[in-house]
Amino acid sequence: MTSAIAPLVQLGRPDRTPKKMVSLTIDGHGLEVPEGTTILGACASLDIEIPTLCYLETLRPVNVCRLCVVEVEGARVLAPACSRLVEPDMTVHTASPRVRHSRKLVLELLASSVDLSTTAGMTELLESYDCRPERYGPPAPPAANRDAAIPGHHAAPDPAFAATVAQPVKIDNELYVRDYTKCVLCYKCVEACGPDHQNTFAIAVAGRGFDARISTELAVPLPDSACVYCGNCIAVCPTGALMAKDEHDLRAAGSWDPSSQQVTDTICPYCGVGCTLTLHVQDGDIVKATSPLENSITLGNLCVKGRFGWRFVQNRSAPRA
Amino acid sequence: MDLKLLDAEPTLEEREAVDAAIGAPTSAWDGGERGTHRDAHTALGGASVRNRRHELVPALQSLQARVGWISEGGLGYVCERLGVPPADAWGVATFYALLATTPRPRRVLHVCSDIACARKAHGVELALEASVGPPISGAPSGDSIILGDDEAAWMHSPCLGMCDMAPAALLTVAGETPVERLCGNITPDRASGLLARRRVRSTSADILYVEQRLATTTPYATVPDSSASAPIPQLGDPSLVLLKRVGVVDPTSLESYRAAGGFEALQRALEMGAEAVVAEVSASKLVGRGGAAFPTGRKWEAVRTQPAQPHYLVCNADESEPGTFKDRLLMTHDPFAIVESMTIASFAAGCSRAYLYVRAEYPLAYERIANAIARCRDAGVFPSGFDIELRRGAGAYICGEETALFESIEGKRGEPRSKPPFPVNSGLFGKPTVVNNVETLANVIPILLMGGTEYAKIGTAGSTGTRLFCLSGAVRKPGVYEVPCGTSLRSLLELAEVREMSALLLGGAAGNFLRPDEIDVELSMEGARAANATLGSGVVLAFDEQTDLHHVVRRIAGFFRDESCGQCVPCRVGTVRQEESLHRLAHGRPIGGVAGELALLEEVGVAMRDASICGLGQTAYAAVESAIKRLRLYEGMA
Amino acid sequence: MDPRRTSSAQWADVWLGLRVGSDIALSNAMAREIIHAGLAHEAFIGNSTTGFEEYKASVEMYTLEYAEPITGIPADVIREAAHAFATAERAMVCWTLGITEHHNAVDNVLSLINLCLLTGHVGRWGSGCNPLRGQNNVQGGGDMGAIPNKLAGFQDIEQDPAARERFEKVWNTKIQPTYGKNLTQMLHAMHQGEMTSLFVIGENPAQSDADAHHVVKALTGLDHLVVQEIFLTKTAELAHVVLPSTASWCESDGTVTNSERRVQRCRKAMEPPEGARDELWILSELARRMGYDWKTPTAEEVWDEVRVVAPDFAGGMSYKRLEELGGIQWPCPDESHPGTQFLHSRLWETPVGGRPAPFSVVVNEPPTEERTPEFPFLLTTGRRLESYNTGVQSGGYDSPLHFGEALDISPEDALRLGIAEGDIVRITSRRGSVLAPAHIDRALRENLVFMTLHFPDEVKTNVLTIDVSDPKSGTAEFKACAVRVERASVGAMNAELV
Repeated sequence: MTSAIAPLVQLGRPDRTPKKMVSLTIDGHGLEVPEGTTILGACASLDIEIPTLCYLETLRPVNVCRLCVVEVEGARVLAPACSRLVEPDMTVHTASPRVRHSRKLVLELLASSVDLSTTAGMTELLESYDCRPERYGPPAPPAANRDAAIPGHHAAPDPAFAATVAQPVKIDNELYVRDYTKCVLCYKCVEACGPDHQNTFAIAVAGRGFDARISTELAVPLPDSACVYCGNCIAVCPTGALMAKDEHDLRAAGSWDPSSQQVTDTICPYCGVGCTLTLHVQDGDIVKATSPLENSITLGNLCVKGRFGWRFVQNRSAPRA
Repeated sequence: MDLKLLDAEPTLEEREAVDAAIGAPTSAWDGGERGTHRDAHTALGGASVRNRRHELVPALQSLQARVGWISEGGLGYVCERLGVPPADAWGVATFYALLATTPRPRRVLHVCSDIACARKAHGVELALEASVGPPISGAPSGDSIILGDDEAAWMHSPCLGMCDMAPAALLTVAGETPVERLCGNITPDRASGLLARRRVRSTSADILYVEQRLATTTPYATVPDSSASAPIPQLGDPSLVLLKRVGVVDPTSLESYRAAGGFEALQRALEMGAEAVVAEVSASKLVGRGGAAFPTGRKWEAVRTQPAQPHYLVCNADESEPGTFKDRLLMTHDPFAIVESMTIASFAAGCSRAYLYVRAEYPLAYERIANAIARCRDAGVFPSGFDIELRRGAGAYICGEETALFESIEGKRGEPRSKPPFPVNSGLFGKPTVVNNVETLANVIPILLMGGTEYAKIGTAGSTGTRLFCLSGAVRKPGVYEVPCGTSLRSLLELAEVREMSALLLGGAAGNFLRPDEIDVELSMEGARAANATLGSGVVLAFDEQTDLHHVVRRIAGFFRDESCGQCVPCRVGTVRQEESLHRLAHGRPIGGVAGELALLEEVGVAMRDASICGLGQTAYAAVESAIKRLRLYEGMA
Repeated sequence: MDPRRTSSAQWADVWLGLRVGSDIALSNAMAREIIHAGLAHEAFIGNSTTGFEEYKASVEMYTLEYAEPITGIPADVIREAAHAFATAERAMVCWTLGITEHHNAVDNVLSLINLCLLTGHVGRWGSGCNPLRGQNNVQGGGDMGAIPNKLAGFQDIEQDPAARERFEKVWNTKIQPTYGKNLTQMLHAMHQGEMTSLFVIGENPAQSDADAHHVVKALTGLDHLVVQEIFLTKTAELAHVVLPSTASWCESDGTVTNSERRVQRCRKAMEPPEGARDELWILSELARRMGYDWKTPTAEEVWDEVRVVAPDFAGGMSYKRLEELGGIQWPCPDESHPGTQFLHSRLWETPVGGRPAPFSVVVNEPPTEERTPEFPFLLTTGRRLESYNTGVQSGGYDSPLHFGEALDISPEDALRLGIAEGDIVRITSRRGSVLAPAHIDRALRENLVFMTLHFPDEVKTNVLTIDVSDPKSGTAEFKACAVRVERASVGAMNAELV
């Protein structure tokens, strides 16, 4: 619609889709993609699958896990497909020996130091890259207090063990638990809590190097932190390090059974935003609420009430007549 | 942002420290007293507060210098003042080694345990263990150990850039007038004395001792250099280009600098215009001395022509590569030249503001540079609208990486960014940025004075100009040497009067070991490349027969493990696995035999080199690899 | 703009901490400043609005200096806000109950609409007037005609005979062309004995409405009270008949409409507890007992009927399309229509599409109750993130953010009254008195205190609030009543709870 009273007034949302196309070659296939596309995005259009861990379409790429590295001809080192933008006449190899070696090592280094048992798809991934994490030595026992590590200082390694991030599970509230033994430090929770989604900034990466960890200020328990329990960190956590307490407890009791769960999308019963709630129902009870990342408005985010406030429907005893 | 603040209140001392760094509060909403009508009905927040984020590290440093650590109350006050969420600030505070987030004595001696000092510092460490107790350290369990009395403590430190005066130590004393002393040639007795507050003779010939206030309030400082010996072994050599004023000109006096021809190059630059200055620098074929060897002229031109404004210049003086101390020398003894060079570079690339980021371990260099900047500013040396801001590191090798350095200036954890975008397009504060290291900038003055073409005649066709090298270890005359590019390593070592040596480290911890029979390498980029080596930061560290090279290699691996920022998996875990591997070898417990262990090291090393985000991880295996392949250090091991 | 410096206010570039109930003074002063600075969007005003000259004249007296003492906001800050709003490429006004829970709620809203018309910030992307709905289907309730003056699709019950005819044909009954009563009027009618029976579906007026004593009295005086609920709420406890129902959002199918007019599908995800019945079944069964056989339609069948009786509104919104598009913003008249993103984009057509938007002359009026020496504090009520209304739903989960009810009070007042954090205080208004622990909150200024209605079983906040309401919307003035605060004892609180 044009507007005669103010021809310069933009009535609709500005169209920011790039018009310029870039041609490149990936694994021998030539293709054209819009300027500003990542290598990962270009690969997707060829149905070439690139494994990722720290990448999520609803978050700004931090390119830290390095699982998605690819070889760009002419470059000295490998490039992260998740964030590297295509360039004209780029030639990319996604499965060269160099690429496969680095991906294998990334997977092994993680698997030898982090508990990946609840990371979706990890078993298959480790297999497909012939990973043998045990070759770095037996995993070290849990540390008492990783939160107190001093940057720039560490004790000499114990030749009997491979260092791990194992540590006691943090259970300090009734809504969700933090099991940092499973943390791959993908930064997703920090991004979701911070500028990408929630803007609460209750957690950040603290410390550095192998001692880097996700932490509240002074590593205080969550109820003493700025946390608002939106659980948007849980939603983006790829490894299950962050988990709703219900799921954690059911898993501990051995009764968590995703295959028997019925999954239904409905609308949150609280405020007027109208977030889609995906209810996971097991044995007639809601055991988890999530929200689809694909929702163009809420991008999978919820607030504390949507994520955890559904319990009231299950607190009803049989009504009196 | 729901700025949930910490409950603890700051002490008066902490308040004063923070206010000294970032100014007094302006309203009840940023830490001031409540009660005005205006505050009850309006407040500024949002962007105006977030734009002060870059003041976070200076505020934390001020707390550290005043109190000796960053308490809950202190951290909370900084957060309130700057609108930074406490968790975010905690992430920053726990990133830097010279910021303490657990109670720490006010008096701390940081004893260098890095490659050049390790063996010589052993006696010092034993003496401190006996007199003070074990060092403050972080076990893998993370439990911090604080021993000794409340008065003093000591801890290990990475390279302090005093390799020519090994062993070295940095004394920090927190208080109203904080003290920092960088000490060379320390002895067990002196180390204990420093901690016990025993008087140390300040006129001692063999001790470089610096004492200064941290938060410099007076613009003009005149700290005497108590080192009696000549600052450079080549003092008086007429062929010196970069070092010609070192030891000759009074580094605290603008007049003395001007009398020695100072500011002539700047004058010439202003007359020529920016484009012509860039042309001269391009003609000189000067390339960056920081390691990447990017043509300086091309970098300046790229920024000069960027439409986005403002442009920034950053002088990288975070010299932290083990074995390197040339920038300390230049900043301490020729600070006006650095300030002049930065002014010229900024003019050429259209930068209205320049930052000089100097590592925290160089108190005298900081003082001298601060003085030079203040004097130049007062004397009207800077073009109108231009200024230089001085920033200090806080104990993080990674901040020598240019994009990590930007993050640090911006008040964040020193985590390198992914490139592209490159700094010339999006650097400091997301703006086009020239980043040059100190030595690169020092070349700008001779280039303008002699002309780019003339300058290009120095050195070789592929590597023009002179270069600085830091000689230490098994040499009789350690120090910074300046030689034309293309000089052979052998003649450089002869200049420094090398003793019998078993091996040599060229280029730093990120460089390579060479065998004594490999010293005919030509010191140019092409020469180093031909020898499959790198000049790196100009480190030439010679090891004598008594040095346990296995220990040196493990120390280098430990250094990378300590200094990895922790962002990317290959480096974060790879540096740990590399060190573990070397320790298993040392303990005679290799997995899969020595060959198996070396193969594992290679696999990890290749992944670190190929897949890490930045140069730290990419070079973390370089020295280890050369120890395996060139020195054949592990051959014949069971 | 908020009397308290809330977390949203912390995030803001500028916080305007206006006095409670001075919204119109602020809007009008901003308008006057915009007009005098030459920043009004004259082309838009000329093409698309009416009543500008009268409006202009009416705001003339609201100089910055006039508004400063009324709003409390320094004149320079109002000026800056006015300029920022007027010169922004895009700007929108979002509001919630701080605007609407006043005795002059509609005027408050009109004053904000005026600002958007004045600057052309309406009817295009990133602009407009946005009331943020506090409840998931408050919009849908209105959409479906659960308001006294409209049929489904906002068709006027008195003034739209064609609409009535459509309904009459489908429903095979006569629609009375008269407006019904709003909640406030109903309460009044109950007190007067004019209304003797009430059917309450999913609401808890005994605890949620202002001046709770008054409401409970009205409800207990009824001949017949039926409450259809998922819980035995305080209101249900008063009922003669309680009809246990399903939780509509997860135990039955249907649609809701969110804040941006998006009709969305709710789906049955689980079985209700034994004995609870689907709401459509309950209503159909009631009809059957009254002699009408509705054959218990499905939710989709009901919805399809809405599409027939309100075709301009919902004609194009089939369940199939709602599924495919993830919801559709009304109006959506036919199945080729994508839904309406900007409700008022017609204002940018020349000549203006449809009726031009009228400016409204509104004047500032302070809250009904002002502070007095006997009641020296102004109590404003609101919500907290983790809770919801009277806690019927949000009381069901164990959030670490649930701290129970408290009286939020400024540090200055706490000091003056000798109140420490957590001390029990008595809060008294002209209508009643409650006990609550005190919470010292820097977000408040002197003489202003804050409470919520989330924990009515412990602290009956609405005993204090005033039962005056906006004559047009019927909303009560929850945002302002005068109270007294005194120290009390824990014993008193315990005694009261027992």
